[in-house]
Amino acid sequence: MAQAPALPGGFELPLEPRLPRIGSVDQVAVEDRAASLARRSIKRESKLFALDLAVRMMDLTTLEGADTPGKVAALCSKAMRPDPSDLTVPPVAAVCIYPNLVSIALDRLQGSGVRVASVATAFPSGQSPLEIKVEETARVAEMGADEIDMVIDRGAFLSGDYAKVYDEVRRVKEVCGNAHLKVILETGELGTYDNVRRASLLAIAGGADFIKTSTGKIQPAATLPVTLVMLEAIRDVYEETGRKIGMKPAGGIRHAKQAVQYLVLLHETLGVEWMTPDLFRFGASSLLNDCLLQIRKEKTGRYQSPDYFTID
Amino acid sequence: MTEIEKRQDRSPVPSAFDYAPAPESREIVTLEDRYGLFIGGEWVEPKSGEYEATISPATEEPLAEVAYAGPEDVGVAVDCAREAFENGWSDITPGERAKYLYRIARILQERSREFAVLESLDGGKPIRESRDVDLPLSAAHFFYYAGWADKLEYAFPNRNPKPLGVAGQIIPWNFPLLMLSWKIAPALAAGNAVVLKPAESTPLTALLFCDVVRQAELPPGVVNIVTGDGRAGAELVKHPGVDKVAFTGSTDVGKEIQRAVAGTGKKLTLELGGKAANIIFDDAPLDQAVEGIINGIYFNQGHVCCAGSRLLVQESIYEQVIAKLKRRMGTLRVGDPLDKNTDVGAINSREQLEKIKELVAAGEEEGAEIFQPPCRLPEKGWWFAPTVFTNVAQSYRIAQEEIFGPVLSVLTFRTPDEAIEKANNTPYGLSAGVWTEKGSRILSMAQRLRAGVIWANTYNRFDPASPFGGYKESGFGREGGRHGLEPYMRFE
Amino acid sequence: MWRAEWGKSVRLPVKKTYKLYVGGAFPRSESGRSYEAEGANVARASRKDLRDAVRAARETFPKWASMTAYNRGQVLYRVAEIMEGRRAQFVELTGDEAEVDAAIDSWVWYAGWADKLAQVLGSSNPVAGPYFNFTFPEPTGVVGVVAPEEPALAGFVARLAPVIVGGNAAVIVASQKRPLAAVTLAEVLATSDVPGGVVNVLTGRKDELCSVLAAHMDVNAIDLSGAGDEREELERLAADNVKRVVSNGDGQSPWHVAAFLELKTVWHPIGV
Repeated sequence: MAQAPALPGGFELPLEPRLPRIGSVDQVAVEDRAASLARRSIKRESKLFALDLAVRMMDLTTLEGADTPGKVAALCSKAMRPDPSDLTVPPVAAVCIYPNLVSIALDRLQGSGVRVASVATAFPSGQSPLEIKVEETARVAEMGADEIDMVIDRGAFLSGDYAKVYDEVRRVKEVCGNAHLKVILETGELGTYDNVRRASLLAIAGGADFIKTSTGKIQPAATLPVTLVMLEAIRDVYEETGRKIGMKPAGGIRHAKQAVQYLVLLHETLGVEWMTPDLFRFGASSLLNDCLLQIRKEKTGRYQSPDYFTID
Repeated sequence: MTEIEKRQDRSPVPSAFDYAPAPESREIVTLEDRYGLFIGGEWVEPKSGEYEATISPATEEPLAEVAYAGPEDVGVAVDCAREAFENGWSDITPGERAKYLYRIARILQERSREFAVLESLDGGKPIRESRDVDLPLSAAHFFYYAGWADKLEYAFPNRNPKPLGVAGQIIPWNFPLLMLSWKIAPALAAGNAVVLKPAESTPLTALLFCDVVRQAELPPGVVNIVTGDGRAGAELVKHPGVDKVAFTGSTDVGKEIQRAVAGTGKKLTLELGGKAANIIFDDAPLDQAVEGIINGIYFNQGHVCCAGSRLLVQESIYEQVIAKLKRRMGTLRVGDPLDKNTDVGAINSREQLEKIKELVAAGEEEGAEIFQPPCRLPEKGWWFAPTVFTNVAQSYRIAQEEIFGPVLSVLTFRTPDEAIEKANNTPYGLSAGVWTEKGSRILSMAQRLRAGVIWANTYNRFDPASPFGGYKESGFGREGGRHGLEPYMRFE
Repeated sequence: MWRAEWGKSVRLPVKKTYKLYVGGAFPRSESGRSYEAEGANVARASRKDLRDAVRAARETFPKWASMTAYNRGQVLYRVAEIMEGRRAQFVELTGDEAEVDAAIDSWVWYAGWADKLAQVLGSSNPVAGPYFNFTFPEPTGVVGVVAPEEPALAGFVARLAPVIVGGNAAVIVASQKRPLAAVTLAEVLATSDVPGGVVNVLTGRKDELCSVLAAHMDVNAIDLSGAGDEREELERLAADNVKRVVSNGDGQSPWHVAAFLELKTVWHPIGV
């Protein structure tokens, strides 16, 4: 197995000459492959395992202008104990919130093992001066957030200024400290799968620990084909450098059935080693309750009603 | 170690995330113990008195007994077809003829699950393929040709097209129902009556098709199904009452048939074997190209005349492609054809399995390097693991002869010219694949490849509107599209 | 004067309301008007209804055009299936079995063209240079149709089917004197997997509707086969956005379909 390079982040590459040959992606084939993997049949035993894993992989999210300490506190309680009537249901991986709510979340989640992920870098647009975005990240890291979700500058990417995109990721990574960095590509704005692949490799080169599909603020957000493209990029990085990068589809995943399809995709593309919250997360909110519904259905044999699960 | 890395080590990694078996139920299919011949709209006992069992290749269990037609039986069938053709079928208006075909198409759609299960049971192909490919295409073929039945003057302007009369049709075991549709739909649309002989190892969907014919209220004698082996086929070919012969199968038998009709004036179309080159250039989208390679040779266990059985990979990306290919082969699931998760099903017959083994042994002996992903094959039934040979020379048997199994031979090339040379260096010419992002190169390769079907950045795509057929010893004549009508017509 | 039979308890049939068919729904005219035809009150469409119909057609056009030809063919065949199921109702409306059969068979005939048009109308063109050159047909967009006064059903179908089989969306002004068959056909369309908005049927006075249709700047083509003396004026109005003006003859033909299709030619070099 190849050894990771001595550099602090990603794998080395001189950017502009390399990027256009980073390779292309055939749209029809990739969508076809994703669709055929989505038709894999999972039966009972595997399903329960998958649902449990999906809960453990969830970044329970609230990113609204109207978020208050009260709202986030309730979210944290839900995160730690998703189903009070069934304590075998595990806690989620993390909560994902705006910087102003980080201290509240840290307080509530203390000792629970549930991590605090904060967005930063002028989320969701990223259209702010770099210095401000770096400063925001540094503050959030200082507050004690475990994870930081940044956005790439899509304006820079789409106008061909790849060097700027790369530099921003590097500068943000530098001030993350111990927090691990997720880089949001906002795939819904990138236009083609070719661009998704390029942006993935760019983000990883800049030091991303995780690459993430979307902010959840626009449509389309995560899709199976986009996820497949990103997982394939991660696979290529692993083959070349031995470094394992994580992946997070976010937004638009509302049903447990979809979550299971993503796990099938993950399993077939990257294998069992990636089937852990340390390398795969779901960015979602209503998905959690649908997973709980399905878990209870698998355990009791009865189709469930949302009335029996708390909103938060 | 950082905090994160410490936590990474402690996180539980699942030991297995397996697909539990997801079998499609067999109950939807009702099998008779014994089937006669379907002649003149009725089930009749074979005058030959012969019956043979048809076997499920996945379990070696006998499924039903099927009649083996003798010369007299073939004669009766041809006579019935002739009678139907002359006494009514050729007189009904084309619009009404179209409606019969539309009915058949719709019934196939309604009963598609039943047919898909039966196809997988009898032939060994995964239910996912019979359900998602064979059945929809079969129905679509009838739908497409239904539309031509009353529009023939537009297909052949100024040629005054007329039906030929009686078509004798012989089909193979790799896509039984689909091949039946490819034969019967255009023949009927053109106004002919047919006698069709299914392959001896896969008669059941053709026999069930007779029930569709009944439900569609097709006049008796227009479609006649005579099951049997090569002898029945030979009888059909030489019967003087047959105006046209259509054959899909091996090149060797195709040549025999061509000899048999020599001098008779019978029209003939042949769709024979292939040894297609699947050509990957260095700018191809690699992960999708690998999917294309996989699909090209392991789809339907490689029992495909147009299978991409020779991988021609540009030397500059050779290592990368082989690594991805081997990795991807490791995720192929070989097993019960009725399991919805199965990718590769059973080999169709013991004979075919022996042929595959023989050629694979030859490959190893000649010096090619073999790779097969670890694969637990079931005890009963006929199975072969997906196989790839590297270090293959153009002259090896595995690079020249059609294996008709899940076996890929890999060769390399340096330039487009060399790829063309190697791709065309075969007596076959059915199909080819080209993988590159560059449009002009796709067109240039397409122009120079001597093959009847060129797939660019895709593979094994079929559509009733798309003509299919080969160059050179892969046969002549086209099936599908407007061109697919021509073999069934005569012109002033 | 009171008649005895009015006092008897006989079952009173529920009379049908004949409305417009726009965007897949059956609204009344926004003007609230109706007129009497064939013994029933029929919606009298206004220019605003026509405006809404064109908008609905424009919105649905991309979806209909991007369906595979096979799919569109199947939808048209389904129209025939549903219409066949309602054959008795149509025979009662038109009083002519042969006309109803012809109308149903017309759907079947045109359904079969959907996936063959490109093969008959298109071509690959042997240009004198290292280029691959091919021509293929595409729907023009939103097509306005003035249906003939007679025959009310078969004439309507004969004008409508060729418009939509190629992927266009239609706004069709029905026979003014005998509109009921058109509205009943709209009910068939609404239950046959035809996406709402692909066909929009307006009943009312032709002298209020046709000129608005002909002058509408977002309509790409117009079939004036059913127009009478006003034809010249309508053709003149159509010129303002260079509409394709079509007057297909009688009978059925792929050229009737071609009249509403554009032809696109593509060049690409051939080289390594």
